[in-house]
Amino acid sequence: MTERTGPGGTAGTSKDDKGGAEPTGGEQSSADRSGTDEEAHVANGGTEPEAGTTELAGLGDQAVEGGTRSAPAGRARQGMFGVRGSGDTSGFSGLRLPAHVPAPAERPFGGWFDDVADDLVAALDERGTRGAIQQVTIDRGEITFYIAAEKILEVCRTMRDDPSLRYELCSAVSAVDYGVDVPERMHVVYHLLSMTYRRRVRLEVVLDWDGGAENPHLPSVVEVYPTADWHERETWDMFGIVFDGHPALTRILMPDDWDGHPQRKDYPLGGIPVEYKGAEIPPPDERRAYS
Amino acid sequence: MTTPETDAYAPERETTEGTIYTVTGGDWDSIVDSEHDDRIVINMGPQHPSTHGVLRLVLELEGETVTQARSVIGYLHTGIEKNCEYRTWTQGVTFVTRADYLAPLFNEAAYVMGVEKLLGIEAPQRAQTIRVMLMEINRIGSHLVCLATGGMELGALTGMTAGFREREEVLHLLEYLTGLRMNHAFFRPGGLAQDLPDDWREKIDEFIKVFHERLGDYDKLLTGQPIWKQRLEGVGYLPIDGCLALGATGPILRSAGLAWDQRKVEPYWGYDTYDFEVPTETGADCYSRYLVRVAEIHESLKIIEQAADRLEPGPVMVEDRKVAWPAQLSIGSDGMGNTLEHVRKIMGQSMESLIHHFKLVTEGFHVPAGQVYSCVESPRGELGVHLVSDGGTRPVRVHLREPSFVNLQTMPAMSEGGMVADVIAAVASIDPVMGGVDR
Repeated sequence: MTERTGPGGTAGTSKDDKGGAEPTGGEQSSADRSGTDEEAHVANGGTEPEAGTTELAGLGDQAVEGGTRSAPAGRARQGMFGVRGSGDTSGFSGLRLPAHVPAPAERPFGGWFDDVADDLVAALDERGTRGAIQQVTIDRGEITFYIAAEKILEVCRTMRDDPSLRYELCSAVSAVDYGVDVPERMHVVYHLLSMTYRRRVRLEVVLDWDGGAENPHLPSVVEVYPTADWHERETWDMFGIVFDGHPALTRILMPDDWDGHPQRKDYPLGGIPVEYKGAEIPPPDERRAYS
Repeated sequence: MTTPETDAYAPERETTEGTIYTVTGGDWDSIVDSEHDDRIVINMGPQHPSTHGVLRLVLELEGETVTQARSVIGYLHTGIEKNCEYRTWTQGVTFVTRADYLAPLFNEAAYVMGVEKLLGIEAPQRAQTIRVMLMEINRIGSHLVCLATGGMELGALTGMTAGFREREEVLHLLEYLTGLRMNHAFFRPGGLAQDLPDDWREKIDEFIKVFHERLGDYDKLLTGQPIWKQRLEGVGYLPIDGCLALGATGPILRSAGLAWDQRKVEPYWGYDTYDFEVPTETGADCYSRYLVRVAEIHESLKIIEQAADRLEPGPVMVEDRKVAWPAQLSIGSDGMGNTLEHVRKIMGQSMESLIHHFKLVTEGFHVPAGQVYSCVESPRGELGVHLVSDGGTRPVRVHLREPSFVNLQTMPAMSEGGMVADVIAAVASIDPVMGGVDR
């Protein structure tokens, strides 16, 4: 929420290319409407029921520039049965399944989801944090806030400390690697639990990382949730994500001198072929995949 | 030849931090002298009998007092989460069940709950009730191992023999009901692998009777015993704010006074319809955790009785043939497999059913893209599973939020400032299972 070139101007281009998938585009972003009337917009933020499709789910000033997240969560598929180049004439090889992109939720979210979204927006506004929420997704009865990487510590602190949120317990911190060919493949996931309100939310951070040699970075939340200590060490160990500000980010499950990060999708599972009754069974990661 | 100076296996070494000595016993006096202070760093484990498997504790001691304690884990890392990514959703059950090997059914439960949530299906009523019943039997077994090994570590060897004797009853019963003593792979997405054997009721009644007779012995043997109380009371103290900050759940949290139990606060599979209590204590020490666990065994027995009473005949797997395996399993002379009649049926019925069977077993079913977090109350606390699907027949990510892993972080907070002997009591009261910690 710092720089702005004008209403509807830079949406979709203010961030780097997101794999060509930009289904929600510019005018849907509340970020592009604020401009000089930002303060007035804050006052209205989250209270425009009709605006569901035309602003980022009523997140007011918390919506980041560039609209919704639209990071693909998975890879695109082609054909069936995992067969390549076999001269298959059945027609199945022509099947195309685009990559799954989590859809942004629309107001009203339903149940307590509206409350928690409004309270989070209000609490972040109060603490002077701007542009933290990239998208809200509601799927299978669970709410996910997509958080900008550099804001995750402030968001966690707000989630824990604000009396209307009270997320006392951080259940888990982990990561998901969506695959080598997926743009922005690495996501860090936080599962928070409010024991006071008996609500669970998921915070998801999509890391701006293209799979290069340089490890992705994001702030550590250990100072807010001490329990995240081992979770973040495990995530570093398994995914090679660096949590800046962690008191001692060392490997935890693998030996200290281990090379590589085993849970990355480009790290092989390992295994040896096994002969059984004359036939050779390849190791699991070299067997035919049907999906 | 066996003096410290010439030890062939671990001679003393000069390092930048100082000299590293190897003390093999009986030679302590040759090390401690006027030029050394009392500060000692020792490694306990990874194969010490009191560390619950392959856990290593690094303790900094001043005399008998622990000034710093750290746990080193990873010795039992088996890559369960990574392996799941290369198998079908159904095969994943056989992997996650091996994480926390003392409570395998809970791993399966959290996992299949997640898969069912992703699929948008619900297991039939009978399957849910059987799951609840089996999980509570498993909880008793897990708590008994905690009491048994905890007792052994503190020198109450009769507690160990008694605990493992009772646990054997649990394993026998689970073997009879599911086919395997441990690592059952009995819960499947959509229901159960097979129905209970015909005379399950008699076995359950017998089990409950035996336990009602024997559970009182634990109170006689341990609860009021002065030595047991002296070893545990006021030891391993962790109040409620410490529990929340460090993420501790389960008996540790309940021993600090918070009645937080997933079965009550986020009921699943009909737990809200069972009549049971969530035992709590306020001591926040090892003794309170012991009391909570014993009380939970009694509550689990109540749930088992109620579940057995309400079990109605019916299917144990969803009707959807795109999810349910066509298998009709039976125990044969060479292990578990399809019944001959069923093999004859699918082989003889039609080509299509054979193809369908083959595809469902080798390829698996497709799970709609998305992610879920599902959790159950395992004997050690909140056991959560984060599942991510991209629409394929294999998971993109399976992450286990293991309560053992999270709870073990409380070990320094419980032990620092106490005596070395109390570290053992604290670790025993955390009840970490290294299969779950390291996965």
